[in-house]
Amino acid sequence: MRTVAFTLNGKPTRLTVDENRMLLWVLRDDLGLTGTKFGCGATLCGACTVLVNNEAVRSCATPMKTVDGKKILTIEGLAADGKLHPLQDAFIKQLAFQCGFCTPGMILGAYAFLLENPKPTRAQIVEHMDDHLCRCGAHVRIVSAVETAAAAMKGGAR
Amino acid sequence: MIRDDDNELVVDGPTTFPVDRRDFLKLTSTGLLVLMAVDPAHGLQETARPQTGRQGAPTDVNAYLHIGADNRVTCFVGKVELGQGSMTSLAQLLAEEIDVPLTSVDIVMGDTDVCPWDMGTFGSLSIRSFGPILRDAGAEARAVLLLLASERLQVPIDKLVMKAGVISVAGDATKKVTYGQLTDGKRIERKLEQKATVKPVKAFTVVGSPAPRRDAIEKVTGSAKYAGDIVPPGGALHARILRPPAHGATMTSVDTSAAEKVPGVRVIKDGDMVAVLHEHRDEADMALALVKAQFTRNDPPVDNATIFDHLVKNAPKGQQAAAGGDVAGFAAGGAQMFEATYLDSYMAHAPMETHSAVAVVENGKVTVWAGTQTPFPVKNQIMGALRLPADKVRVITPFVGGGFGGKSASRQAVEAARLALLTGKPVRVVFGRDEEFFYDTFRPASVMKIKSAIDAAGVISLWDYQVYAAGERGAAHFYDIANHRTMVYGGWSGAGTAGYHPFAIGPWRAPGANTNAFGRESHIDVMAAKAGMDPVAFRLKNLKDPRMIRTLTAAAKTFGWTPKAAQSGRGVGVACGIDAGTYVTLMTEVAVDKATGHVQVKRVVCAQDQGVVVNREGSLQQVEGCITMGLGYTFSEEIRFKGGEVLDKNFDTYALPRFSWVPKIETVLIDAPDIAAAGCGEPAIVPMGAVVANAIYDAVGARVTQLPMTPARVKRAMGRG
Repeated sequence: MRTVAFTLNGKPTRLTVDENRMLLWVLRDDLGLTGTKFGCGATLCGACTVLVNNEAVRSCATPMKTVDGKKILTIEGLAADGKLHPLQDAFIKQLAFQCGFCTPGMILGAYAFLLENPKPTRAQIVEHMDDHLCRCGAHVRIVSAVETAAAAMKGGAR
Repeated sequence: MIRDDDNELVVDGPTTFPVDRRDFLKLTSTGLLVLMAVDPAHGLQETARPQTGRQGAPTDVNAYLHIGADNRVTCFVGKVELGQGSMTSLAQLLAEEIDVPLTSVDIVMGDTDVCPWDMGTFGSLSIRSFGPILRDAGAEARAVLLLLASERLQVPIDKLVMKAGVISVAGDATKKVTYGQLTDGKRIERKLEQKATVKPVKAFTVVGSPAPRRDAIEKVTGSAKYAGDIVPPGGALHARILRPPAHGATMTSVDTSAAEKVPGVRVIKDGDMVAVLHEHRDEADMALALVKAQFTRNDPPVDNATIFDHLVKNAPKGQQAAAGGDVAGFAAGGAQMFEATYLDSYMAHAPMETHSAVAVVENGKVTVWAGTQTPFPVKNQIMGALRLPADKVRVITPFVGGGFGGKSASRQAVEAARLALLTGKPVRVVFGRDEEFFYDTFRPASVMKIKSAIDAAGVISLWDYQVYAAGERGAAHFYDIANHRTMVYGGWSGAGTAGYHPFAIGPWRAPGANTNAFGRESHIDVMAAKAGMDPVAFRLKNLKDPRMIRTLTAAAKTFGWTPKAAQSGRGVGVACGIDAGTYVTLMTEVAVDKATGHVQVKRVVCAQDQGVVVNREGSLQQVEGCITMGLGYTFSEEIRFKGGEVLDKNFDTYALPRFSWVPKIETVLIDAPDIAAAGCGEPAIVPMGAVVANAIYDAVGARVTQLPMTPARVKRAMGRG
């Protein structure tokens, strides 16, 4: 057990936990943030994607000891000041989800990608999102939503 | 008319459930209830024991809707939201009939205490089968409201105008009353003299118009709750249950001493169940890994290579699904004869949300939040397994993270309820991905044997079709063939075929129909190619059904189909299907890498006649979902197994469709306002395997006869395997 301190969705957070526990379960079980989903437990599906220091990680394989002193963003923290992020807005307008279970991971995966590459081509979006799984088959709409959001963000993250 | 084969219920428990009206009345006592035509026999019926047979949908409209004093309408349905959008489209249907804006309708789904009985959400039935029931309820409520307004305003009904929840006098808008005012504070029981009539399609203003999805904001902000996300007061313990290494294995010894030493862990041993519970999931996982158990295996002598011979040799008695003319006495004469065998493999549902449930026991009553397609049958299973009366079990269905038929079976809900009773604590069961694969009710492997003939003019003169294990849905052809017979041996539900499959099988999105379409439409193309005819022209020559002809010609127009016999080298293909009352034609263009056998689908056109379109965007989403999901069974999805052991345990070996696989998709929804709304969630997936098989043949002249069409199988078909 050790104390791990980090910023969670903008708020300073301090927890005493087993440092080898995975971020996914600490978020869900200890902190009550259930928007981050368990899909495979083996970094294969992307449903548990969150951002650590602006990089997308699979929280099911991110030990707590690696997030000490870092900045974590989950889906609950993406809408700022009660306003949906352009990606969330675009996912709604393009109907880029069905069951919605992969959606938080999709949106955060796309968000991290747009931070790196604010003006991607459609092919680059497809390439980047390829390791995120969606079983309902919302893929074409997800790609369109990321394109739309990128245009709305005009090169900025927000 | 819904055929029995559309029923995708996995029958592993009694399926009846008495409608418990008392809780419903309690819930709605603060608002107003418009009571009409109450059948006392259905009224307060309640038994401790499930009855045999199947409970029908309630006839009392109060079961479906409630008008509050605030003028809001609450719609109660036993269906669940799996991602198919019925939370929105069902609300549209009710808003339409009862004449209120869609924004005035709230919807409560899949809660066995407050919603009317429902068999389950499957078979593309929510709109085509349940829709008319809900519309009738809305129409009846609307008629009663008019009656009440006529009395209140002292004006004959034919002088009243209904709009947006307000009833006013024609020509004098100052004389008006809202629905909420009419139903204010009192319970009114009213019986109509005659059955209310639903609105004609041409009068629709809400149905058929764009409607934002009601689940949208919750799903993009992470606030949407799925079963595993429910946190009861005080939290719930994660339960991890010891599983056998293979189906049919029995436990001979277990040692939980090491697991018991993990701080905070509780171990439960109850009969055949061994479970470890912990507040944190990952710590429960670690404790489970410390449980040492020995099992005796009892594997059947089959694997994913030998299963096909087994399915044919051990087939149950056949059923004749369709027949005409004389098949037995067919004389070949100058006809060209064809004979071929097509194979399909076991496939997983693999929803992104694994089977999940949270159970709480309070005052002897078990409440289970379950990710399920069948809350009412699950309630029955829990009642049966735990010997509880109906009023002591409630199943609530939050958002479900995909089902595709795989969440008709919901053992996790029974397990959570059992452990909550045993521990006296709230319990959470969330399957690991390996459990999800192990306990899946797979789409069955199957074999199709087809004998056929065409005459010199390209007319099909014989069709002798035998299908093993896939079932009847989509087995019968829809071509105009003089001598034909369709024999069905066994079905996807597995009913009455114990020991036939090494593990559970069940409905997989359009059960049986994908498999049957693969065999039929592949074989149609084999004949067209041999006849030297364009595959579209060949189909048109052998079709009389105007709805099928209409989808075929619509697809050809949008695709820009230019007639040419296969193999044309272009890599284009066509395939047709009928499912859930909907007619569909797919056309595609593929590129085949001859060196690797890899196939890329570049484009798919879908022309679909689904009758009245309730929600256009929702329908397009479903078609795109079908085509995208269909790429998986077409190219990669296949359960590898040895005896009772399922070898695929995660997405590293069981490959789902990815972004880079997805083609350009164009959908044509045929305008058919004269035909009742049919199913939409399944039909377009049905011809996917066949349309790609036909396009591969057109590209490289290789006929792949087994799903999935992996690169290795494509290479083998090209003679390079």
